[in-house]
Amino acid sequence: MTVIEQVTRRAQARRVTPRAPSTRQRWTRRLPLLPALIYMIVITQIPFIVTLWYSLQNWNLTSNARAKFTGLSNYGSVFTNANYRSSLLVSVEMTAVAVIVSMVLAVALALLLNQKVLGRGVARTLLITPFLIMPVASALLWKTTMLDPTYGLVNWLLSPFGVHHVAWLSTHPLGSIIIVLIWRWTPFMTLIVLAGLQGQPLDVLEAARVDGAGAFVIFRRMIFPHLRPYIELGTLLGSIYIVNTFDEVYSMTQGGPGTSTTNMPYYLYEQAFQAYNIGGAAALGVVTVIIVMIIATFALRLIASVFRFEEAVG
Amino acid sequence: MAIRASRRWQAASVLALAAIGAAACGGGAGGGGGGGGSSSKTVTVAVVANPDITQMEQLISNFEKQNPGIKVKFDTLPENQERSEIQKDISTNGGLYDVVMISNYETPIWAKNGWLDNLSTKFINSDSSYDVSDLLPPIANSLSYNGGLYSVPFYGESSMLYYRTSMLKAAGITLPQHPTWAQVAAAAAKLNKPGKVAGICLRGENGWGENLATLDTVINTYGGSWYNTSWQPQLTSPATESAVNFYVNLVKKDGEPGAANDGFTELLTLYEQNKCAMWYDSTVAAGSISAVPSVFKDTSYAFAPTEKTPASGWLYTWSLGIPKDSANQANAWKFVSWATSKPYLQLVGQKLGWAQVPPGSRTSTYTNPNYAKAASAFASVTEQSINSVNQAKATVPKVPYVGIQFVDIPQFEDLGTSVSNQIAGAIAGSESVSQALQASQQDAVPVGQAQK
Repeated sequence: MTVIEQVTRRAQARRVTPRAPSTRQRWTRRLPLLPALIYMIVITQIPFIVTLWYSLQNWNLTSNARAKFTGLSNYGSVFTNANYRSSLLVSVEMTAVAVIVSMVLAVALALLLNQKVLGRGVARTLLITPFLIMPVASALLWKTTMLDPTYGLVNWLLSPFGVHHVAWLSTHPLGSIIIVLIWRWTPFMTLIVLAGLQGQPLDVLEAARVDGAGAFVIFRRMIFPHLRPYIELGTLLGSIYIVNTFDEVYSMTQGGPGTSTTNMPYYLYEQAFQAYNIGGAAALGVVTVIIVMIIATFALRLIASVFRFEEAVG
Repeated sequence: MAIRASRRWQAASVLALAAIGAAACGGGAGGGGGGGGSSSKTVTVAVVANPDITQMEQLISNFEKQNPGIKVKFDTLPENQERSEIQKDISTNGGLYDVVMISNYETPIWAKNGWLDNLSTKFINSDSSYDVSDLLPPIANSLSYNGGLYSVPFYGESSMLYYRTSMLKAAGITLPQHPTWAQVAAAAAKLNKPGKVAGICLRGENGWGENLATLDTVINTYGGSWYNTSWQPQLTSPATESAVNFYVNLVKKDGEPGAANDGFTELLTLYEQNKCAMWYDSTVAAGSISAVPSVFKDTSYAFAPTEKTPASGWLYTWSLGIPKDSANQANAWKFVSWATSKPYLQLVGQKLGWAQVPPGSRTSTYTNPNYAKAASAFASVTEQSINSVNQAKATVPKVPYVGIQFVDIPQFEDLGTSVSNQIAGAIAGSESVSQALQASQQDAVPVGQAQK
């Protein structure tokens, strides 16, 4: 953090304080934004308030009984429910492993793609493709053409090495899903890191080289510190998206076998659309929102620091 | 700094809500406005996406010609979505649908909840053109509540054993028409060639309509059950446990690889690709197999294998019902009676081919010489399988519930999902059968208590 703080401080020091605008001016500036803001509130906040209300009700669609107010008991059962805790753990494991591995791969790939090599444009396009395919389509492709124990390409490729008829989705369900997530999210991270790399002035690196710094030292002492805010940004944005993974779980394993791949969003889906437990599902949703909100707060703080950083560099 | 921090917090909230708000609210936000209402001439029908329904959508112009002015609007959805859409709509009196496609699982429960029209008293008794006595009796019974029909069948199915004639012949095995599970397991052991052909293909995928459908028929015929007469769960009883052990070991030893991810669709593909020597599944698959002539010609059919009960096949039907809150009742019945009538089955036969006729709904389908010719290989096994089902007496011990491959109580969808998860875990080998059943037993206790 020290680098960012230094840079930030410098940037703030350099900034000229403008004359404070009058109230009238402030409102005329905001006016054009109001429709968007109101629209945003209507489609996100009102349903959220309704969800809060539902979460305090005992309401199950399978029974004829009317919804009853039950206070916080739905929240109580969220936290005492072993299945919810296990889905939380699955989510944490899925997110952490997928984010860390994709980020490591992304840094390596971005460093490669930043070199001037023949066919760099083609390589970049190919690399970004997994991120552009619809998640459901890619999940089904992985399930049937890649990981299937009978026809799968993975088993076929590994068969010369003595691997035979591994039922990937049965024996390593969470691992399989994490691999698909890594495949999907590495391009996203690569793009962010690549943007960071390209923002680095080359003369500094050249000066270091002239001074006799080796490639590793340059990476460790110059490139990595420069990339750090980008890596942190990619990690946090990636975490927010991957915590919400649903498509892969739904189309590859349906949360199974057992509950080994039931993450928070899939568990919520089961509660809402298989148990029809509206109150419980709403409470689950609220708790999940709070967890994601905590992550999002960190993400936003970082986005802010990256912008300040760019100001300082530019 | 404090101001900036709080703004950032606000911004973070908005971002987070935008990201997940939709997912979180999806469950609750449903059940909104009623669209189909006020004496309109449009009948809105919620149906499941499957080949038989696609045929009906093709033939709907015939209905609209017979009933000038009435328009039919299909809302076609995959099974799980269709279920939850209808459930939301009907339980909140949304009035969105005039006709709903449901099964023999929902019909009695929803009839009891007062959500469906009693079709017998409201329409059938005064509509002499609708031949109700022609409906296959076990199917009609499964759609009745207190003596009235609350939905009428579009098609029906039981379960049976498919096997490859040439593979059994090569291995020197002959299976009787009514095999036992012990005979089937012995045959599977001989037929299994790991990496080439599975001895027997069986469902292992999560879902109460997937692995539990087949497993429940095995539990029943081994003398097990879900509950005893005082609603105490029996999932760890010796009979149930031996049945589950048998099923799980059979799949693991002589079943297809990766069974824990295989449901009906996956198994149909495997069977059509010559990867299964035997396959125990829905009778409805016969029609699909007939599209692959080389496999179809080499397929023989046996009744669902048994142990302690005379028959063990399941009973399932997709049927059409009319929600009480539909504002378009008379036109809805016109559509329902058309789609489930004898003339409709004739129409499908003439227009699209006799093998395509929706099976398992009417006796007359099986006495029709054209259908008998097109479906000669499997028609009689299908019909006899359905007719030998007794939904009220499918288990050896006395039980307080109705249903073969399900327990007909509102909480079963939830309970069945979690039990099927456990079973899939046992098949995948991530836990033992007794662990899976212990966990299932615990889930089943509160559901049983809720029934008393």
